[in-house]
Amino acid sequence: MLIKTKILLYVAGIAALFTLTRCFYSDKQNEGEQLYTQYCANCHMDDGSGLRNLIPPLAGADYLENHRDDLACIIQHGQTGNIVVNGKNYNQGMPAFEHLKPGQITNILNYVQTNLGNNNPRFTIQEVEKQLRKCRHLLED
Amino acid sequence: MLLGLSALGWQACSQSSSETSDLPYLGERQLVQREVDGQQVTDTVYHRIPDFAFINQDSQVVTSLTVQDKVYVTDFFFTTCPTICPKMKSQMLRIYEAFEDDPRVMLLSHTIDPQHDTVAVLRDYADRLQVNSDKWHFVTGEKDSIYSIALQYMVSAMEDEEEPGGFVHSGAFVLVDQNRHVRGIYDGTDPAQVDRLIRDIPALLPKKKKKDADKN
Ligand code: HEC
Repeated sequence: MLIKTKILLYVAGIAALFTLTRCFYSDKQNEGEQLYTQYCANCHMDDGSGLRNLIPPLAGADYLENHRDDLACIIQHGQTGNIVVNGKNYNQGMPAFEHLKPGQITNILNYVQTNLGNNNPRFTIQEVEKQLRKCRHLLED
Repeated sequence: MLLGLSALGWQACSQSSSETSDLPYLGERQLVQREVDGQQVTDTVYHRIPDFAFINQDSQVVTSLTVQDKVYVTDFFFTTCPTICPKMKSQMLRIYEAFEDDPRVMLLSHTIDPQHDTVAVLRDYADRLQVNSDKWHFVTGEKDSIYSIALQYMVSAMEDEEEPGGFVHSGAFVLVDQNRHVRGIYDGTDPAQVDRLIRDIPALLPKKKKKDADKN
């Protein structure tokens, strides 16, 4: 009886660990893709190509690498003002997605970073949360 | 310029050929009785877009005369639209590119947020889309005139605080013929429907004469 419980606990432990790591790396590719289609593709297009000089691309965008630390805040709070992506100026304004949770933002970012022709390092939810705590200074300047 | 003019002149003479295309006439129609040589005949009067006047991205007035003898595709949008508009515009660009060199086809996009979308804002928008204002007019005007012309095109457009961006509007592309009859309504966010629209437009255009084709 005792052994059985031990095994059970062990199994539960592995399962928990597994879920934890899944959470940690936020490996929900599907959720990221779904959220991207729902919230981002309207503007940035399904393939991330953007729209001429109006909407910047996410596919192969140098911005994703150069401004990695700002990405979570851009999604949560939107972006205004002139920015340069792959050498082109954009100044159209992106709306905020205040309702998205850090986990959802992580999944969207990971979808963007590893799809649409991109091959950038992934985000952890911790990194996203850390970025989100520091957004204020972005909004003020 | 000369080429454009001659195409226009030629087109005016052969307008009737568009009547033979298979595309339906959309909207309400009226049957009008009249007498010809003592006989009662019934004419069908199709729904026709009334005269209009708006201002485009170059501060030029765009009226029903601007689209006279043209086939045009029209839609309703606003530059700060957080939802479907960029997709619509990327699809409209496909139509633009398909008929870029054909002066018989025009595009007309109305803003439904004239308060924000001034001539200067529309100018910047069109510039960033890198499109030519002879071909693709982005127009603004009196809010009431825009909303009432939308009804004529059978497109919904109105303010609604509940909606993202503050407006309800449809992603429809409306195909209008040389006589301002509505000949098709397509979902401007659906590439397959826009493919069909691109295939339908030539059905409304008078067949190019061999001579004309050689000139191009
Ligand atoms: C209403 C259109 C719109 C939507 C919806 C939208 N964006 Fe944007 N996005 C923009 C515009 C416009 C900019 C440029 C902002 C500027 O000029 O300051 C931008 C900039 C960006 C940037 C930085 C520039 C770049 O190209 O790398 C990222 C990253 C980004 N958006 C990601 C997203 C993600 C992820 C979503 C979905 C959660 C999203 N956007 C939804 C319009 C939009």
